[in-house]
Amino acid sequence: MVAIFKKELRNYFMSPIGYIFVGVFTFLASFFFVSSVLMSQQADISLMFSDINVIYLFLAALLTMRLLSEEKNKRTDQLLLSSPVSITEIVVGKYLAAMSVFGITILISLVYPIIMFMYGSPALSEVIGSYIGFILLWGAFISVGVFISSLTESQMIAGVFTFASLLLIYFISWFEASVNNVLAKNIISWFSLLDRYSEFQSGILNVENIIYYLSFIFVFLFLTVRVIDKRRYS
Amino acid sequence: MTEANNAVEIRNLTKLYGGNKALNNVSFDVRKGEIMGFLGPNGAGKSTTMNIICGCISANEGNVSVCGCDVLENPKIVKGKIGYLPENPPLYFDMTVQEYLNFVFELKKVKFDKKKHISEIMELVKISDMKNRMIKNLSKGYKQRVGLAQALIGDPEVLILDEPTVGLDPKQIIEIRNVIKEIGKQRTIILSTHILQEVEAVCDRVTIISHGSIVAQNTIEGLEEETGGKDKFILTVLASCNRTKSVIERVDGVIDVKRSGPSRDDVTEFIVEQAPGSDIRLALTKTLADENIAIASLRSATLTLEEIFIKLTSQDIAAPAETEEIAEKDFSKQPESPELSEYTAEEERENGSNI
Repeated sequence: MVAIFKKELRNYFMSPIGYIFVGVFTFLASFFFVSSVLMSQQADISLMFSDINVIYLFLAALLTMRLLSEEKNKRTDQLLLSSPVSITEIVVGKYLAAMSVFGITILISLVYPIIMFMYGSPALSEVIGSYIGFILLWGAFISVGVFISSLTESQMIAGVFTFASLLLIYFISWFEASVNNVLAKNIISWFSLLDRYSEFQSGILNVENIIYYLSFIFVFLFLTVRVIDKRRYS
Repeated sequence: MTEANNAVEIRNLTKLYGGNKALNNVSFDVRKGEIMGFLGPNGAGKSTTMNIICGCISANEGNVSVCGCDVLENPKIVKGKIGYLPENPPLYFDMTVQEYLNFVFELKKVKFDKKKHISEIMELVKISDMKNRMIKNLSKGYKQRVGLAQALIGDPEVLILDEPTVGLDPKQIIEIRNVIKEIGKQRTIILSTHILQEVEAVCDRVTIISHGSIVAQNTIEGLEEETGGKDKFILTVLASCNRTKSVIERVDGVIDVKRSGPSRDDVTEFIVEQAPGSDIRLALTKTLADENIAIASLRSATLTLEEIFIKLTSQDIAAPAETEEIAEKDFSKQPESPELSEYTAEEERENGSNI
């Protein structure tokens, strides 16, 4: 698992993808921070995170689209599958590598609350809550990306579908509001990752929500393992 | 069924792709320390079998054990004992050779001294000069060697090489073969190929697969004997047919004489069959010498590996062109399929008993 994690992390920063990702993120996040937070002179953390969420919506697919599809396409999956590592280790190693690149951008984004604290007084609980919620939310989105990447050999297809799925999940609450059937409403709300995120933003650390996100991640990584395992039988 | 002498045991493997049987009840053994050639036409199921042994894909039925461990029960232990070079070497093109081998070393959780082990392997397959080059910039031959180096990491007991010399130039082929022979001194190797000279040059034993079924397993000499008829000789004399034929028939132990080959007045070719268990060669040469008939050549009528291969792999589809080709060789009374299946059954029994 460690070997795969290291390899993937190396891969992000040996190819342009890691730099583009971090660079574009920093540029856009700073741009939005200046335009919405500094210009309006509000030390409001939720404003900052709603901007970052939109940026991530477009960038996250980049992070995960090649993770498993490329291995299949280049037949390097034969090396991984014939090595003494389990499929779970492969999947988790790759997921953690993607999360690490995501983590780098989170570290960079810490600059913004620091600036806010210097010139204003945002609530600390909101800042901490927002960060925890943000990590869990995108941890869940990235697990969806990893799963979609395991379904296809083509990076492009994985990228497009990941983007489409994230967009759909992101805005699913709009749909939920207009559905009358109770059962359908409930099912849709299971996938409504953003609903639970708003609680974190107001500084509430609800265990139920934390478990929700962690199990969401678990389910999608588990499905990824099953997809790869299943392919060995077909 | 587990035998201490077998490195790999394959029992009743069946693999379905859709409704298509890629492997049909395949069983064979690979003995410890031997280099086994795994032969078959394209699409016969070689790569499928190898992928199953390595755990990359699963069989629908049957089991595989490596050094006494079942692949399904202990996948990690088995995978740790195997080095696998698939048909397309699984290389990451944006790594250097050194980085790639470091990665494989860590991936396989090898316990040796990393730097020493990797440099020894690079030395063995002669890629030390290339260690800082990006894999994507290497030639096909070097990529193949990096793939071989990858398989050797961790000093696995069993090496599985799927067409290791495909696409290489003749010089590289010979080099890679020498490497394989060198590393085969201490390890068990399964080598798949459809280049027959390669098998003759490298392998101790041969397993032939055709249409998803094993059609033969033996040493090369064994195969030649079994299929070619060891009691037949091809005799060429510098004399006319009529006179020589009656002379040969007089020799003790000769049970059949047939003329073959082009008919010319001064040179005649015969196929001479001796009674099983006898050796007519001395008597034959003596008699002919007494009659002042010069022998141009006398050789055993065994089939070449190529002929054996075509014969064994074309029997179920019986393509007319191929059967004709064999008929042209005219080893009178070609053994028909029943005899062949008898022979494979006999082979299996033999393999079972002499271990």
